Amino acid sequence: MTVHRLTISPIHPDPRASHLLAGIATLTHSNPGLGPDRVDVDDVIFFVGPLDATGRATLGDVLIDPVLQRGTWDLPTTPVGATVVEVAKLAGVTDPMADAATLLSHRLGLPVERTVVARRYTMHGLGDVEQRNSITCELLANDVIERWQADAIDVVATPVCDVAPVEFVTLRGLDDDGLATLNLERRMSLDHAELRVLQAHFETEGREPTDVEIETIAQTWSEHCSHKTFRAQLNGPDGATAVPLLKQLREATDSIDAPFVRSAFVGNAGIISFSPGRTLALKAETHNHPSAIEPFGGANTGVGGVIRDVMGAAHRPIAVTDILCFGPADHADPLPAGVHHPLRIRDGVVAGVADYGNKIGLPTVAGAVLYDPGYTANPLVFCGAIGSAPDAEIPSGPNAGDRVIVLGGRTGRDGLRGATFSSATMDASTGEVAGASVQIGDPIVEKLLIDLLDDIRHLYTAITDCGAGGLSSSVGEMAETVGADVELSVAPLKYPGLAPWEIWLSEAQERMVIAVAPGHVAAVEGHCAYHGVEMTDLGSFTGDGRLVVRMHGVVVLDLDTTFLHDGRPQRTMVYVPASPPREVGPVRVCDDPSATLLRLLAHPNIASKESVIRRYDHEIRGATVVRPLVGWNGDGPADGVVIAEPADTHGFAVGIGVNPWYGLHDPEWMAHAVVDEAIRNVVAVGADPSKIALLDNFSWGDPRRESTLGELLAAVEGCCAAALAHQAPFVSGKDSLNNEYVVASGERRSVPPTLVITAVAHVPDAGRSVTPDLKAVGNVLLLVGPTNADFAGSHFDMVERATDRPGRVSPPDAGAPARYAALHAAMQAGLVKACHDCSEGGMAVAVAEMCIGGGLGASIDTLPHRDTTVSWFAETAGRFVVEVAPDAVGEFTTCLGAEAIVIGEVRRERSLTIVGGEPISLDAVATAWRTTS
Amino acid sequence: MSRPIALVMRAPGTNRDQDVALALDMAGAEPMIATAAEIIANPTLLSDARIMVVAGGFSYADALGAGRLLGHELASALGHEIRTHIGRGRPVIGICNGFQALVRAGLLPGGEIRGALGDNESGRFDCRWVRLVPVSQRCIWTAGLTDEIDCPIAHGEGRFACDDATLARLIADDRVALRYRPGPGGETANPNGSVADIAGVCDDTGLVLGLMPHPENHVMPRQHPMNGRRDGRHGAGLGLRLFEQGVRHAKER
Repeated sequence: MTVHRLTISPIHPDPRASHLLAGIATLTHSNPGLGPDRVDVDDVIFFVGPLDATGRATLGDVLIDPVLQRGTWDLPTTPVGATVVEVAKLAGVTDPMADAATLLSHRLGLPVERTVVARRYTMHGLGDVEQRNSITCELLANDVIERWQADAIDVVATPVCDVAPVEFVTLRGLDDDGLATLNLERRMSLDHAELRVLQAHFETEGREPTDVEIETIAQTWSEHCSHKTFRAQLNGPDGATAVPLLKQLREATDSIDAPFVRSAFVGNAGIISFSPGRTLALKAETHNHPSAIEPFGGANTGVGGVIRDVMGAAHRPIAVTDILCFGPADHADPLPAGVHHPLRIRDGVVAGVADYGNKIGLPTVAGAVLYDPGYTANPLVFCGAIGSAPDAEIPSGPNAGDRVIVLGGRTGRDGLRGATFSSATMDASTGEVAGASVQIGDPIVEKLLIDLLDDIRHLYTAITDCGAGGLSSSVGEMAETVGADVELSVAPLKYPGLAPWEIWLSEAQERMVIAVAPGHVAAVEGHCAYHGVEMTDLGSFTGDGRLVVRMHGVVVLDLDTTFLHDGRPQRTMVYVPASPPREVGPVRVCDDPSATLLRLLAHPNIASKESVIRRYDHEIRGATVVRPLVGWNGDGPADGVVIAEPADTHGFAVGIGVNPWYGLHDPEWMAHAVVDEAIRNVVAVGADPSKIALLDNFSWGDPRRESTLGELLAAVEGCCAAALAHQAPFVSGKDSLNNEYVVASGERRSVPPTLVITAVAHVPDAGRSVTPDLKAVGNVLLLVGPTNADFAGSHFDMVERATDRPGRVSPPDAGAPARYAALHAAMQAGLVKACHDCSEGGMAVAVAEMCIGGGLGASIDTLPHRDTTVSWFAETAGRFVVEVAPDAVGEFTTCLGAEAIVIGEVRRERSLTIVGGEPISLDAVATAWRTTS
Repeated sequence: MSRPIALVMRAPGTNRDQDVALALDMAGAEPMIATAAEIIANPTLLSDARIMVVAGGFSYADALGAGRLLGHELASALGHEIRTHIGRGRPVIGICNGFQALVRAGLLPGGEIRGALGDNESGRFDCRWVRLVPVSQRCIWTAGLTDEIDCPIAHGEGRFACDDATLARLIADDRVALRYRPGPGGETANPNGSVADIAGVCDDTGLVLGLMPHPENHVMPRQHPMNGRRDGRHGAGLGLRLFEQGVRHAKER
């Protein structure tokens, strides 16, 4: 087969090349002068097929923009002294560019069988081969999804594998050691009790299981799908026990019994309703491990996955959130094997989130970016999605007789033991069909699914997404009570040669499963054709409670759904209770609080996140009322965001709470403080504190360590206490455990205890939303809420020095709920011009950020505490700085009572003066805050 | 006449079709969203329409360069119908990805003149609010507009590029429809490195406008980031005005 190679080069200065050069400079900063002094980046498209000169010219006319580019069908020669590397995706990895090039060729009527695309890097002035290999492996190619070659990459044929037959797995007669070996071989991650139950089940059935059955059970019983730790029986010391974690959270929600909750902890997402005729679906997920090994693809498919969760709750997605935790950007020490530099992870993750959210057409709104050495080997990526639907019945099927319909992308080896498969494919010359353990998403396909599902809402009786576990978990869950009988050979594949268990377990992206009554199948087919979505009828929901899977009619799986879903023995786990020191902290001395304030503003966790936020479209849909950047110049810090449909008066606010540094000291009070922070963020923008729903996302270390489980238990208890105090129910959550890395010495490093709380709250009048930027000279500044010496885990300690006796984390504050209600009343009365919550860095940082947003100065003449350092920097929760017009101060303080004290006023002078420190010019404040790392 | 039909064209990956449909509706048109494939199969959808709109997004994932595949589709499968539409004096607007597609289709700047939309100078997708000055009196979408327009941009390939002769010709022919200008903070006017701060251009008939920013995302005061600061009195600068011009023209013809 002939291959035609088109190389396309930019004519104008190429920002892609300059970003790459900057990346290389960071990589080689300890060895300056070793990197290249110039890089050129070209695109290469290979057309496989018998093209003639006319065909090539036709393609060139469309593909090369003569104003911007030049192209050649000849293999470019390597300039003297330059080093060339070409990078292409592994076979089977989603590649929209190759798909589009193939589509174009076919539209032009050209005899092109397929296309392959590559990037060509020409590095000038590069040292040696070692340098080339290091730069290529660190920055240009990721062997999880890509292959590379020096000079020119080969196009390799896609081989056809024989279909692997079904295998039977021998369980009978295995002792504990034998089961353990099988467990390892099959990577089932089951414990002894579970393996014994599995063995006994098939003993009773009088047969051995197939590999399809074993894989399905291992998947369904995995920590990821069944939350073994969160459902485990918990035993403490001296016969103490604790209520299972998930049960605690559910019981808190049940006891709050909020009228706006429609569905909590059931199905793909929590469902709430703040206004007649409309429901919202809320979900947040983690995609930590995939993002560590392939940052772009991991974050990309994380966003795609959580959006599908909302679609799987029969809602149309309308907004996306992201909370990202990375190692320090200036990390300079050697990294453990296989760990990417935090900068590469950050760049890839941010690009991955932006690519998916921007292309699918959803605003990426609320979020956070955190840096800590504890995240260097284990970055955390939390993605959330919010959906909207008319307040109709939640589909109640599937019903017996309904068809099992798969919508969307094709099935490949995606996500299946990808490492094993791809290990043989690293050599660019072999090119076996690889299943990448991490995929690249295809947001356009998911966008088509969104539009399709809107049109067929009335035609399905049940819906779920294909996430972890693929069809096995989506069809398996839908069939939980009713049973199903499906045929795998009809599933459309990306390439031939998949074994039955691979088709059944594949985590190929952008697929949904729906249940459709036979009479509606033709109508669904019509809508699919209109939207260009592939649809496959896999079989039927049977009504007999058994899950049956066939390949060419031969049964490869036959399981009782009750055993599959409820057969797993409850895990018993042991914890040691957390016992944090809760002394009132020793006095902090701060010689120059103004200098400390500037250091705090420049700290990566507090400094502006504009360079990330701008890369996300937060305007699409026209419903964003309060943005993640606010103020007179549109680049000041915000608290929560507000979303309101253009036609509606009301809307909702989204706020995030997260603070792993408190978690290191006191997981229970951390959880309380983090719930409080999320709630403060929505109250600060004008949300109603009596209508708040919460999502919990735990990213933790290994809970089999008794102390770690004790900390997790303490955090869940803190969450529940805070939810009850604020009468804000949890409606959905997700835990990601075992976020640990074993370094060469054998030492285990865990992420700091990271709990992300997302608050979604009703905003009765989006037009009355409040932002933190100062509005007018002469307005009065008040501090709402009491201030105490709470410094444990504070950013003050981080930029000054850690003490041996950190004292306590901000404790639960019984007065907070009434305070928030009073503040909301004042906002509804139009008394509040600006409002900002106090979080990292305390009151001083909050006031400084209000100045930055407003482009106005401020003078703080009254401190809230007798101690200057406490007043400026303590991180007591439950507080806001509020701007009020002079003539409204009386009415405001009547609303808030003793909870509010006047601390200062907005000034014309472009400086910030806080009593106890030197005045700081506004320029210095803004410059410090805009420091980018 | 009553509300003129505005045909909003979308392709796989188009994602601001609903936003522009709302703007057209508020401007007095009857928006109708259809896929390019549908219009190719049934060209009367276009011949019945008084306004043609190519909406923003990432058509075909922009995988071969922004708007390239859709631009090819427009030129090869609907070129005749679109030229007929323009020949009947009916307006066309392409926003963001729609602009990119119209340029790729050769409809903008049009005729012998070639321009292109390249990567932003920053090399990054960028979302921010910008201020636009309506310049052209030849362009039916901007002629007579006196107020500046505030609206967001959200693109990675919005740098308008052309050679000096082309630029001189565009300026001389009054075909630079919209320019970026400094915002309230005095920040750099030009968000992407476009030549001569060009945010939008029109063809020689003045009927076809292409622009990178999204006026459809500023059709009511509450959408403006400074709304709270202005005590809700903010009214000028709506992107809606642009659509009202187009609809007025369509009604008059």
